[in-house]
Amino acid sequence: MNSRPAFRGPASFVPDGGRPYELLPFRFARLPNPPGTVLATSEVGEYAFLTDQKFQDFVGRRLRADDHLYRDLHARHFLIEPGADPHLDLIATQYRTRKSFLRWGPSLHIFVVTLRCDHSCVYCQVSRRSPDAARFDMAAETMGHAVNRLFESRAPTLTVEFQGGEPALAFDRVKSLVDMIEERNASERRSIRFTLASTLHLLTDEMLQFCREHKICLSTSLDGPAFIHNANRPNGSHDSYERTVEAIDRARSIVGAENVSALTTLTRLSLQHPKEIIDTYVSLGFRSIFLRPLSPYGFALRSAHKTGYPMSEFVSFYRAALDYLIDINKRGIVIDEAYSTVLLNHILTPFPTGYVDLRSPAGAGLGALVYNYDGRVYASDEGRMVAETGDDRFVLGTVVQPYQALMTSEAMQWLLASGVAEALPGCSDCAFLPYCGSDPVYHASRQGDPVGHRPTSDFCRKHTGLFEVIFGNLARRDADVMRVFLAWISRRTPAQVSRAGYMP
Amino acid sequence: MLPLSTHLEHHGPLPRTIFKVVTPEERDSAGWPAERALVWDPDGRRDVSEIHRDGLPWGGWLTPGDRQRAGLWTGLWVNRVRDPHVIGPGDVIRLRPEGTQARILYRRGAKANSLFATERCNSLCLMCSQPPRDANDDWRIAEMLDVVSLVDHDERNLGITGGEPTLLGDGLLAVIATCQTRLPDTALHILSNGRRFADPLWTRKTVAVGHQDLTWAIPLYADSPDLHDHIVQAKGAFDETVHGLYQLAWWNCRVEIRVVLHRLTVPRLGALANFIYRNLPFAAHVALMGLEPMGFAKVNRESLWVDPLDYTDELADACCYLAARGINVSIYNLSLCVLPRDLWQFARQSISDWKNSFVPECGGCGARDRCSGFFASAGREWRSRGIRPIPPMQDPFPLAALSSGDQPKCD
Repeated sequence: MNSRPAFRGPASFVPDGGRPYELLPFRFARLPNPPGTVLATSEVGEYAFLTDQKFQDFVGRRLRADDHLYRDLHARHFLIEPGADPHLDLIATQYRTRKSFLRWGPSLHIFVVTLRCDHSCVYCQVSRRSPDAARFDMAAETMGHAVNRLFESRAPTLTVEFQGGEPALAFDRVKSLVDMIEERNASERRSIRFTLASTLHLLTDEMLQFCREHKICLSTSLDGPAFIHNANRPNGSHDSYERTVEAIDRARSIVGAENVSALTTLTRLSLQHPKEIIDTYVSLGFRSIFLRPLSPYGFALRSAHKTGYPMSEFVSFYRAALDYLIDINKRGIVIDEAYSTVLLNHILTPFPTGYVDLRSPAGAGLGALVYNYDGRVYASDEGRMVAETGDDRFVLGTVVQPYQALMTSEAMQWLLASGVAEALPGCSDCAFLPYCGSDPVYHASRQGDPVGHRPTSDFCRKHTGLFEVIFGNLARRDADVMRVFLAWISRRTPAQVSRAGYMP
Repeated sequence: MLPLSTHLEHHGPLPRTIFKVVTPEERDSAGWPAERALVWDPDGRRDVSEIHRDGLPWGGWLTPGDRQRAGLWTGLWVNRVRDPHVIGPGDVIRLRPEGTQARILYRRGAKANSLFATERCNSLCLMCSQPPRDANDDWRIAEMLDVVSLVDHDERNLGITGGEPTLLGDGLLAVIATCQTRLPDTALHILSNGRRFADPLWTRKTVAVGHQDLTWAIPLYADSPDLHDHIVQAKGAFDETVHGLYQLAWWNCRVEIRVVLHRLTVPRLGALANFIYRNLPFAAHVALMGLEPMGFAKVNRESLWVDPLDYTDELADACCYLAARGINVSIYNLSLCVLPRDLWQFARQSISDWKNSFVPECGGCGARDRCSGFFASAGREWRSRGIRPIPPMQDPFPLAALSSGDQPKCD
């Protein structure tokens, strides 16, 4: 039984000798850090770190088939061998998976229920209206039409976000919408998640009870410790921080801590204080912090000279903040940075995320629709903000028009023609392309046309900077850093990720 | 370890060779055909006349001791079982018309039962524990159908192994179809090299059977085609298997990926985990399996053997890479004492009862009842230098299980 057949040696199975491998489309960048590292990314977002010498060998087709680097690059779809090779199928499938968000149409539906607000934030992007200007609330008829549009999307999972203004000032509208949507969903049977963006100050216990009953997640703004928050987000009584903290406590006690999240908008003042901002979040028990640079849209542009900063300063801040977050995570404090988690998901997994603002084709319209209080429909929240300054190029139409008309509107075609990053100058050959997105609304509003000019684009500067920070961390192959990153993308604590495992 | 065969005596007519061992009472309630049942008489004191009086065409009488044929009973009489523990009620056994050997084809309550499909194979894996033979053994199709019809209705899982079961073609489909109708609540787990699934028509035919709980367990030994092809000794096998996995995924079939750990697979284990996650994330389970020292593995020991202590890092790399990304991963066939503590949560008691054993060092071990133990075939030269008793401990599994721990399927 154990007689030995004539087993063949490994050489018999090596691909036909003498025929060089073919390069598959890939992109590369020389990382500023660690120095001398070439990052190569495949068409479908697998990546490899190479020394410059090895990189030259690879593109010069001088790698030997039994070299581990050759095997790595073959398995990660950087090269293909002569003859029948299943790798094209694998690439096609990975591509389909990565872009699978396209299958269903918009999943994020933003309802701007009112423009009224009690705050006058320095960076506000919207032309906010005083709390008693009721004509800036969404009309009942508009709500009905908007709900019809919502269900015209074929997405099985929908997120309904209530925005303002301050939605608490028009909570009756929120209630009606939730009731209408739930009633309709009894037959539609989609998975629907509600979120409400609010300062929380004006949410009464009764409103919070409604949020609890209808599983509405609350998203608020908290810009850091009191001296930063109150400077950024003044209210009439100069106590926005104190009231926000009090409101967070109250909201948590009713809807549950896991259903209250906060995000941070960073002004010039904030950039000096990464640790203080993070420490504030930790001390308030948040498991996540979202560090956002100023969005220079709409009315925020007016205050940019006072609050703004070059994007390079944000990237420096971000690097310091991320290092600090990694450090405290290693010490057992569980808190992630939400945007890093999105980027890491794009880098470390073959799957798309639900995040619509960093996609190609653009999330605007394809991933999200915004129903304004006045019945106008926009492809993104930013488009709506720009429109508030009188620039109507981003209006898809109104809620009475069917989904199909909105999606084939001139505005949508104008945006989408420049919504595929793979085809944009400056993006098409960027190493970070597989993980990034296109933002035609941003480029149209800031640079005059939706194609835009990458070398002077803050969108590009921001993302290039963040990708360099994150890939710099990955290239160092520090197991503890990787454990923190893996914990973030898998919603575990770093302690639950006992080892980093294989690091490509 | 409870062997799958023993010797016994049988007397009288033998119109068939495969029987279900049951008590008359159980036969009545479960509805087994009487002619395929052997009356189970463990202590030789059952009243033959009472059972005979019911007029059913009983297949025979089985008493492990040396009780002689009762006068009334004219049919098959089986007695003098050499190892009486080997056969019990519920088992399906095969007798030899000429000879005393009896084989257990299904054992009630075993961790795992497998149907043996064929000895033929289109690969020739360097570590194959069941070296293939190129003989026509299509008779096994009928045997499998026979056994399936006698398996307990509440059996939780049943395996099919070989050889390469898909070489049976329509015969295999008939077995799957019979399992589906006869054992609707039994999970079916088929070991295949997956190469035949590269053929879309074959895949469609298997899907058309429509089994409700079927897993194809398919090995992938490397992320590089030439390494995989060398290990399975078949050029083009990697391409076929990967295409096959895609065909199965296309039809939403459940697949498990199996990797045997040895000198040729260990160096790229982490890279293979990366390949699986990026390209085959639909895998329901990945099993990283210690070598079974049988068959060709013995012949090729020199080129295959690595002490598990010497591949701990690679194993942890692959295992933790997959687990952190939500892939259900298991370690099979490695004793806990050779694994780092944080990998214990992935280790399963994967060795089938009939070839499972422990070694003298296990005597004072505090983790023995959670441990896979060893293949009975593992001689001294196959044992890790890390084998040692583990002191008793309060919490042997310190980390919360990260993977959901799919019901392990045995080898």
